[in-house]
Amino acid sequence: MGVVLDNLDRYADAFWVTVQLTALGFLGSLVLGTIVATMRVSPVAPLRAAGLVYVETFRNTPLLVLAVLFVFGLTKVGIRFSLFTTFVIVISIYTGAFVAETLRAGMNTVGRGQVEAARSIGLTFGQSLREVVLPQAFRTVVQPLGNVWIAMTKNTSIAAAVSVVDLTAVAGRLTTDLARPLPLFAGAAIGYLILTLPMGALVGALERRVAIVR
Amino acid sequence: MSDGTAVLYDTLGPRGRLRVRIASIVCGVLLAALVLLAIVRLEERGQFEPDLWQPFGEWVTWRSLLEGLQATLAAAAVAMALAAPIGLAMALGRLSLNRPTRWLAGGYVELFRAVPLLLFIYFAALGLPRYGIELSAFWYLVLPLVVYNSAVLGEIFRAGILSLDRGQGEAALAIGMTYWQSMLLVVVPQAVRRMVPALVSQLVTLLKDTSLGFVIPYAELLRTGQINGQFYGNLLQMTTVVALIYVAVNVSLGRVAVRLERRQARRYGSAGPHAVLGESDVALLAARAGDGRERAGL
Repeated sequence: MGVVLDNLDRYADAFWVTVQLTALGFLGSLVLGTIVATMRVSPVAPLRAAGLVYVETFRNTPLLVLAVLFVFGLTKVGIRFSLFTTFVIVISIYTGAFVAETLRAGMNTVGRGQVEAARSIGLTFGQSLREVVLPQAFRTVVQPLGNVWIAMTKNTSIAAAVSVVDLTAVAGRLTTDLARPLPLFAGAAIGYLILTLPMGALVGALERRVAIVR
Repeated sequence: MSDGTAVLYDTLGPRGRLRVRIASIVCGVLLAALVLLAIVRLEERGQFEPDLWQPFGEWVTWRSLLEGLQATLAAAAVAMALAAPIGLAMALGRLSLNRPTRWLAGGYVELFRAVPLLLFIYFAALGLPRYGIELSAFWYLVLPLVVYNSAVLGEIFRAGILSLDRGQGEAALAIGMTYWQSMLLVVVPQAVRRMVPALVSQLVTLLKDTSLGFVIPYAELLRTGQINGQFYGNLLQMTTVVALIYVAVNVSLGRVAVRLERRQARRYGSAGPHAVLGESDVALLAARAGDGRERAGL
């Protein structure tokens, strides 16, 4: 592991980039996913249709295709951000589709009676969604949602393919220079494990705390 | 399940219907305006110039893209065909009565599931030649796909085996089958069948992941699109078409998954011990399965 320790500063910088990608992607996909999930269950038909198109399109397009489309394509129409920002937008849009589907699946598990009760005491659509359905939906989907974001953390590595210098990119670049692939890539893998293992533990703990026993 | 949300609002009265109609029109207009804005913006930048779209009128372009699609499908098919048996072996290993086997299989699954696929692909493409292992671009893509997906499939198969009623394995043992007979003749066939929808979802994920061959480079669909786009100077249009091809292929696969799920639900009933499992159930079961001391009814 000597080569990793020699380049620890580069790994640390790259790790910080991966952490930022993960944190911003988490926030972006949570916001987008919640909005799209709400659209998909709303009584307004155009919103439902738009939500469905969003989910089907972005769930079925590879993340790298979206990244290439945004990085190489959208610059042609004058939409120009830094590579880092572009990738944060792309991964938020992509992961948002998965978050939306997971949330919707969660809403479907909320008992009919709950919603009927909410409706019968006079809550509006928005109120019953906010006060009754979503809080319960979030609880039932802690585990699946956690998995979506753990997968997203691993997906941030795709930033390396569009020249963002994250953990994966550093391992690749150092390999080209130093010819010691195994320790270099193991170092990067450990960086990802430092992120995903606590996430998995956190999700498990949260699941046990908030789970609704039915 | 699909109409589970319909209850969120009652059958609307006249006033509610009016409100929804107004909201529909307003939202429809807003969405249309958004699309229009995008079109105007693209038009201003000359992205609808016939020159940029003209290549799509020619067979050469489509033949090239179809070759890319073929390379994508070939990589996905070979990777799935190799990963499935390894995954099944890992699942059986994790449920084995032999402790070292359990640890080895568990280590394999947990390690390779936790590392990003692209890291494997870079390792294969940049690292393996340093150790004197020279492969074609195809195998630099497929090998990492196999390693990663066999770990994921291992978890899917394990969840399937664990979801089976204990009685199945116990009954097989009671009529005198050995451990392996009961596993291979009774437990595994039922488990695999039950996991078919989850396997198809994983196939969609795998198909999308073949796009990472872009970095090797392996001339799959995305790379082919990129090359064409650079040649014709229409990267935006070409990548959009590539994305649409992916959507078309994956949506069809998704349809197959839904149809299989329904057929199985019809055949085995939609609830109870024979329920068919979807993706999220796999996660739940795997989480509940704990550290692998359970033995699927054995």
